[in-house]
Amino acid sequence: MLIFIGMGLYNEKDISIKGFEAVKNADVVYVEFYTHKGAWSLERLNDFFGREVKELKREDLEERAEEIIGEARDKNVIILSGGDAMVSTTHVDLRIRAKRMGVETKVIHASSIISAIPGLTGLQNYRFGKSATVVYPYFINGRKILPETPYNVVLENLRNDAHTMLFLDIREKCMTIGEAVEILLEIDRKRDKILSGKLAIGVARAGSEDALVIADVIEKLKNYDFGDPPHTLVIPASLHVIEEEYIKEVIGASLR
Amino acid sequence: MVEKVKTLMYKPERIRNIGIVAHIDHGKTTLSDNLLAGAGMISEELAGKQLFLDFYELEQIRGITINAANVSMVHEFEGEEYLINLIDTPGHVDFGGDVTRAMRAVDGAIVVVDAVEGVMPQTETVLRQALRENVKPVLFINKIDRMINELKVDKEEMQKRLAKVIASVNNLIRSMNKEKYEAGWRVDPTNGSVAFGSALYNWAISVPWMQKSGIGFNEVYNYCQKNNMKELAKLCPLHKVVLNMVVKHLPNPIEAQRDRLKVIWKGDFESDVAKSMMSCDPEGPVAFMITDIDVDPHAGEVATGRLFSGTLRRGMELYILGTNKVNRVQQVGVYMGPERIEVEEIPAGNIAAVVGLRDAIVGTTATTEPEMTPFEEIRHTSEPVVTIAVEAENTKDLPRLIEVLRQISKEDPTVKVEINEETGEHLISGMGELHLEIITHKIRVDKGIPITTSPPIVVYRETVMGQAGPVEGKSPNRHNRFYITVEPLENKVVELIRSGEISMKTPEGERRRILEEAGMDKEEARNVVDLYEGNAFLNMTKGIQHLQEAMELILEGFHEAVRGGPLAREPVIGMKVKLVDVKLHEDAVHRGPAQVIPAVRSAIFAAMLSDKPTILEPLQKLFITVPQQYLGAVTREIQSRRGQILEMEQEGEMITVKALAPVAEMFGFAGDIRSATEGRALWATEHGGFAPVPQNMQDEVVLKIRERKGLKLEIPKASDYMSL
Repeated sequence: MLIFIGMGLYNEKDISIKGFEAVKNADVVYVEFYTHKGAWSLERLNDFFGREVKELKREDLEERAEEIIGEARDKNVIILSGGDAMVSTTHVDLRIRAKRMGVETKVIHASSIISAIPGLTGLQNYRFGKSATVVYPYFINGRKILPETPYNVVLENLRNDAHTMLFLDIREKCMTIGEAVEILLEIDRKRDKILSGKLAIGVARAGSEDALVIADVIEKLKNYDFGDPPHTLVIPASLHVIEEEYIKEVIGASLR
Repeated sequence: MVEKVKTLMYKPERIRNIGIVAHIDHGKTTLSDNLLAGAGMISEELAGKQLFLDFYELEQIRGITINAANVSMVHEFEGEEYLINLIDTPGHVDFGGDVTRAMRAVDGAIVVVDAVEGVMPQTETVLRQALRENVKPVLFINKIDRMINELKVDKEEMQKRLAKVIASVNNLIRSMNKEKYEAGWRVDPTNGSVAFGSALYNWAISVPWMQKSGIGFNEVYNYCQKNNMKELAKLCPLHKVVLNMVVKHLPNPIEAQRDRLKVIWKGDFESDVAKSMMSCDPEGPVAFMITDIDVDPHAGEVATGRLFSGTLRRGMELYILGTNKVNRVQQVGVYMGPERIEVEEIPAGNIAAVVGLRDAIVGTTATTEPEMTPFEEIRHTSEPVVTIAVEAENTKDLPRLIEVLRQISKEDPTVKVEINEETGEHLISGMGELHLEIITHKIRVDKGIPITTSPPIVVYRETVMGQAGPVEGKSPNRHNRFYITVEPLENKVVELIRSGEISMKTPEGERRRILEEAGMDKEEARNVVDLYEGNAFLNMTKGIQHLQEAMELILEGFHEAVRGGPLAREPVIGMKVKLVDVKLHEDAVHRGPAQVIPAVRSAIFAAMLSDKPTILEPLQKLFITVPQQYLGAVTREIQSRRGQILEMEQEGEMITVKALAPVAEMFGFAGDIRSATEGRALWATEHGGFAPVPQNMQDEVVLKIRERKGLKLEIPKASDYMSL
């Protein structure tokens, strides 16, 4: 059986007891770090679980998928991911392929940024629209290409009076809230010029003891040091009275 | 002399910028040398023997010109002095790139034709290059002495043969540029735009000269028969006759720029820089087009080119268009034989040499106007067909070799260099065996780097003969799907792309019209989103969200597939790729370059392998002239090389065989034909396009290339690129 297990929000202790036990009893345990960046490392996981955990790079999981799924034919193989295993990953494809190969699969869920954000920002989960990832520009033959999808998603959500949750790119380094704001404003200057002066909320290290939530005018978010990853950026639409009270009184922002 | 040059360069109506072009061995360099000697630039004894313009040691050994060389000289005509800026260009087919570049810098060309051989293939090529750039031709028929003394034709026959040469040159001009032909670019002995003579023996005649001197064909015939060349050279000095023709019939920079600008520049004709170029204004903004880069041991890189507007001065800063860089001019100079004379400034209309333009490459525009539209790219008619691998013999030379290779590719755009810092084995691709021989000689002797080289390797092409698809290409994460078909691209469209006559820079309406005229379906012509190296990419989808954002990446996947095809990673040509449907992931992070590029490339590969993937091999046209008794030997040589005889033409005792043979079989031909004909063969080659390798050889060729490149030793199948 191929078992996808979410490790939860921040560090090795965020995994569920069900997940923990499954890891303990599995034949092979893999982990991928490329879809979510927490405080974990291979060493910490080995120590915590008391067994060998092997890392899969994106290329391994994509190009050697058949091999890994095949391994699960007569063994219990686990793939660990940060957050909840099927959220903001492309792993659903692996389940389809396993099904086609006649290999059974299972998911053991965990806490996800999708549910942590409403909890930390006071914004109602009912009121979120589509989410998107703010990505670094690509360079093709020296030409810079900056995808505008995240900006388009924000616009569309604002039109529908919906909040937007923005995940930040992970490359060699993790994108910071400051960088994400910079990229969105760069697109905004070329496009509709509506973001400047709007309220935005930065969330760092959700699920950790030192989670940080700051609400301010979007360009001012650049001035804060949010510290270690992961970072998430939220662009709220209009605020319901309860959302407004929470942001003022619990987060401590001075709203006009 | 320097003082005269310095004065005349300020008088554009007294300047002629000219090139000398010809088929190999028709006598260009001898003509240039004797023109220089006549103008007092070099001693008369040296001229004609030492091939003064063949600066390059190897040029003198081989007796051919390799690089275009620049000189300036002063000529007196009807009591006025004129400045002649002259570029001598190579005639061998392997160096065609130099001719194309030289044509951008000049306004007129002396076309040299050997009276005995007549119009030859390269005569046609170089004439086409000149006319395409709106460069006006005059004709010099050389080696009249050989016609009289070796062929022993009588007076009447001589006149007939000369008339035939003139007629065939005029036919070419008319077929290549009818408009100009009718506007008076026909060469005509009666008005003096044709001269006859012997560059080697330093004499020439023309109708205006006959009228003045009383020396006509009769007299020439008699002098030649008596072999009294010295006397003839006194009566009819080559430089006077030829340069008179140049001054009278070739345009000065003011006239020429007005006429040529629309061909070589596509900017706004209302702009200041356009107006200044149209009037050759030295007070205007600087517009300088670089046509040659050379390395001087003292000054470093010297960029030579044509100044169309403004004045170049030491210390001024120029924008190098296309690089975002500004370079400071350290020196400006004019040419006199091999010497570059430094001057304070050079005004518009001249050929200038500039030191300090570090970021320029051949073909770039340097200007004081950052917003100026650059000059049209210089079109190269042929492309690399042969590759060799070079390696430094001593590890200490590794970094220098890389530096030298980069330099070479900067100087000669027809050379392709692939540097591999990991293995140290670098690939140089050029237009023929000889071209590469010259380059390796340069590295070994001029740069003093001992290198080892591989035997020459043919560069094949890949294409598709069938129609296949739609094939589904999946991204590695499988959340993105591309549905692609491939088929052969219309031949005419391939030619238009490769000759640079059409590109994505062509305004859309015009592009569509040209494509439709070349035979492309109307709907398809509207959907062309990319034209790349003789291939086209069409987006046949409608209204797919996020597609615009993914398109750059899709096209990069297309480019990767074109740069190295599925069979043997050789360049692909003549393929039409259609994108018929697309499914994209919602979020940009899951459809980045690592996902889209391989998906598109694999889909193209799978489609190509589905129906008649084909390897094309480069061909060479051969022109071999031999005495009749060697015809059998020549035929055998051609047939043993998979060659095909196209045509045979007999003229007196000599027979000319035209044939087509694969480049792969032509290595070592020079030696073999020499021994087969006891050295009596005169021969030339020309790029002959591409043709499929015989079907029974294709697998063998593919496996051989794959082995060399370290690819899997199997004929690839479509299923290799299709995942479940």
